[in-house]
Amino acid sequence: MVDVRKFDTGRMPVWCPGCGNFGILMAVRKALAELELEPENVVLVTGIGCHGRMSEYVKVNTFHTIHGRVLPLATGIKLANPDLTVIGHSGDGDAYAIGMGHLPHAARRNIDITLIVHNNMIFGLTTGQATPTTPYGRKTRSTPYGNPEHPLNPLHLALASGATFVARGFSADVEHLKELIKKAIRHRGFAFVDVIQPCVTFFNTYKFFRERVYKLEDTDHDPSDFRAALDLVTRNEEKIPIGVIYQTERPVFELQFQHAMNPPPARRLSAIRDLSKILARFR
Amino acid sequence: MNGDISILIGGPAGSGVFRSGQIISKTLFRHGYHVVTNNEYPSIIRGGHQWVIVRASEEEIFSHRNYADIILALDKLTINKHRERLRENGLIVCDEGDAKIIEGEKCVSLPLKKIVSMYGAPSVAVNVVGIGAVFGLLDANIDILLRVIEESFRGKEKIAEINKSLAREGYEHVKREYGSLEDIPKVSTLKPLENKILINGNEATALGAVSGGLTFFAAYPMTPASPILHFLAEIQKELGIVVVQPESELAAINMVIGAAYTGARSMTATSGGGFSLMVEALGQAAMTEVPVVIVEAMRTGPSTGLPTYTSQSDLRFVMHASQGEFVRAVLAPGDPYEAFVLTHEAMNIAWRYHIPVIVLTDKYLAESYWTVDSFPELEPQEYKIIRGEYRNGEYKRYVITDDGVSPMAVPGTKGALIVANSSEHNEHGFGSTDPEVVTSMVDKRFRKLENLTREAEEKGVKVYGEGRVIVITWGSTKNAVLEATKNFWGVKVVQVLWLEPFPVNNVANALEGAERVLVIENNKTGQLVSLLKEKLLLEPDGFLGKYDGRPFLPEEIEEWITGFMEG
Repeated sequence: MVDVRKFDTGRMPVWCPGCGNFGILMAVRKALAELELEPENVVLVTGIGCHGRMSEYVKVNTFHTIHGRVLPLATGIKLANPDLTVIGHSGDGDAYAIGMGHLPHAARRNIDITLIVHNNMIFGLTTGQATPTTPYGRKTRSTPYGNPEHPLNPLHLALASGATFVARGFSADVEHLKELIKKAIRHRGFAFVDVIQPCVTFFNTYKFFRERVYKLEDTDHDPSDFRAALDLVTRNEEKIPIGVIYQTERPVFELQFQHAMNPPPARRLSAIRDLSKILARFR
Repeated sequence: MNGDISILIGGPAGSGVFRSGQIISKTLFRHGYHVVTNNEYPSIIRGGHQWVIVRASEEEIFSHRNYADIILALDKLTINKHRERLRENGLIVCDEGDAKIIEGEKCVSLPLKKIVSMYGAPSVAVNVVGIGAVFGLLDANIDILLRVIEESFRGKEKIAEINKSLAREGYEHVKREYGSLEDIPKVSTLKPLENKILINGNEATALGAVSGGLTFFAAYPMTPASPILHFLAEIQKELGIVVVQPESELAAINMVIGAAYTGARSMTATSGGGFSLMVEALGQAAMTEVPVVIVEAMRTGPSTGLPTYTSQSDLRFVMHASQGEFVRAVLAPGDPYEAFVLTHEAMNIAWRYHIPVIVLTDKYLAESYWTVDSFPELEPQEYKIIRGEYRNGEYKRYVITDDGVSPMAVPGTKGALIVANSSEHNEHGFGSTDPEVVTSMVDKRFRKLENLTREAEEKGVKVYGEGRVIVITWGSTKNAVLEATKNFWGVKVVQVLWLEPFPVNNVANALEGAERVLVIENNKTGQLVSLLKEKLLLEPDGFLGKYDGRPFLPEEIEEWITGFMEG
C-alpha cells in the first residue's frame, strides 16, 4: 500500500465543495505515490486560477507562477535540471487563453514535462466569465446574451503541434485519471492531459459529462495511430472519449543540450571561468 | 594627421559595410592604434544606406568624431550623404563609375567592379578591394590586413583566398596610381597595445555574464540585443551553457526564472519592447525572490520607434517597471570594459540578494567597438544558496532574516521542499493575506536594500579629472563627454553606473564644490536630471539632451560646454 499522505501538505483546500479540483488533486497525489517518486525530486508549477492552489496541497517543490506562464517556467526548470520530474498545472483560461502562445511550442519542442489542464470551460476564480473552451451560446457573466465565440479544440491543437502524448481525463473518475497521469509522467516527452472538470458554482457539467464520457481502453482505439487520433478528436459525436488519445516517441528537447548537462546548469557550482581562449579572438 | 585617422565606409544594406568596418577596425588595432567605431543602419536587409565610422589614434580615445579623413563609398549615395564630413585633405575612395560626381583632387577612383569581375568574385566583394585601397593610401602593413581578412573568413579558406587577392589588388592599385599623394594620412606599425582588446558592448556583456557563472540563457531576438544571443549560441558548446530562443520575451523571462529557481545562473537580453513584455515576470522574480539578470539594450522608442538607433530613454522605465514595490538593481555600463564588469557584478548581486538585476545598455554601446583593457578574472559569488542537503529542521523558503535574504534551497535538496509563490505568502511560501504577515514579508524583502545601497555607494560612481564645472552623465554618453572634455581645463566628469539604488552620498561628494553642474544624456526629458532633483534636491545648471536616435558627437558637447565656461 503506497502512502498518499507523503504528498499531502495537510493544508485544507479552499475550493467549493464538489469542485472538480478535488478529483484531480487526489489523482495527482496517488499517481506520485504509486510512481514512488521522492517529493524533493518533483516540481509542480501552477498558474493563476482555482487550480493554482494545487501548489499548496501537493507536498513537493512548487512554483505558483503568474497567469499563463506555467509552460515556459516548467521548461526552464526541466532544461536546467533534467533530473527533476516537472509537472505543470494550468486552467483553461491559463493554458488556452492568456498562455496559449506557449502550448504549441512546448509540444513541438517535446520538452519532457507533463501539462495537466484543469478544463472547466469557465473562469471560476474571477467569478464566471467565458474562456476559450466555453461552449458557443453559453450565457456567462461576460456573455449575458450567449457566448458569441466558438470553442477551441485543445486536443486537436496539441496533436497538430506535435505533442507526443495526448490524453483526456475526467475529474470525476479519479482512478482512471490517476492512471492517465502516471502514464503522462512516465512518458518521455511533452505529455498533455486535458482534464474535463465541472465547476459546481459557475458551470456544473457533472451530469452532462457523466452521461457522455466513455473510456478508450474499452474500445479498439490504437493510440499509436496518428490519423485515428485526429479522427477521434475531430469527430462530431455525442459521446466523449477519455483516455490516451495519442502517444509516440521522439527525442526530447533536453537531449539537444548535452554539452551543458555534465552536470546540468542547476548543479554547476560557480567557479572562475578561463576566458583566455575566447578573449584571444578580440586581440 | 597626428596619428589620428577616421575612416567612414558606407553603402547599401547587404554590401558588407559592417564586415568592412570590422576588418578596418581590427587592422588598425593590430597596427597598435586605439580604435573606436560607430555605425548607423536602417531596419532593412537589402538596399537603403548604412555606414560605419572607424576612428583610430595613437593616443587613448573615447569616441568617434563627426569628420572623416577617408570615405570608402560603395555607392553614390554614400558620397552625397557624407562628402561634407571630409576633413581638409580628406579623400573619397570609390569605383570609377561613381567618381564622376566628385571634384578631381578629393577622389581616389579605382576600377573596383572591374577588379572583382576579373577574379570572378561576386559583386559584393568590391568592399574588400576598397579596403585594400584604403590601406594602400595609408601605407599600412599589408600583411596585417591580409591576416585580418583571413580570420574574418575563418572556415571558408577559398573565399578567404579570393578576398585576400582582391585586397592586395586594391592595395597595389593605389600604390601604383596614387603613391605620390603626400597629404594623405599614413599609418605606422606602432608598438602593439599590451593587454588590450577590441570588442563591442554586446560581446562584453555576454562575456560578463559568462564570467559571472552563466549556465542558462534564453532570449527572443530584438535589435540591438540579438548579438548577445548570437554570440552565446556560438560559444555555448565551448562553455557548457544552455542557450534557448523561445517563442516570445514572455517565454524567455519565465524560462530564465524557472532555470534560476533550480539554481542555474541565468540571464535574458532584450530591448525596450521585449522588456515591456517581461515586466509582469520581473515582478514575479522579485516576489518569488528568484535571482535573475535582464539586459535591456535601449533603442529609440516609444513603440517600434527607431529599431536600429540608440537612446537612453528607458532609465525611468526599468527603474519603476512592474506593479507593486520591490528592491531591484539597475546598472548602466558606459563602455565594453564596464559592460563586462557590471554584467558580472549583476550576476553576483542577483545571487547574493536574490533579486532581479537589470543591466541597462544601449544600441551605441551594444554595437560599437572600443579598444579597452582585456577583461580580468573575476569570481562568481553567491550568498545563502543551499544545494545538496538541508539539515536545519523544517525548511522555509521565505524565512524572516535580519538582512532580508532567506536561504534559497534548490529543488532536489534533501530535507527541503521549496515553495515559491508569486502571490504574497508566509515564511513557508504558502499564500497569505494576513496584514501582519504581509507587512513582515514586504519589510523582509526591503531589508535587502540596506546592504545593496552600501554597494551602490561603493561602486556606483566614477569621477574623471578635476574642476569646478562638473558634467554628470551615465551609460555610453560618457564616451562623447570624455572625448569632448579632453580639451577643457577645469571640467570634471562624473559618471553614475548604479542608477538603482542611487548612490546618493557619493554623487553628492563628487559634486561638492561645483560652480556649475551640467547633465548630458541621450533622451528628451532628462531622466538623470530628474533623479538628481529627486535624490539630491539638486537643480542642474544645464541639461543637454539628444533624442534623434544618434549618440552624441564630441563636437556638440564641446560647443555646448563652451557657453558655460565663458559665463
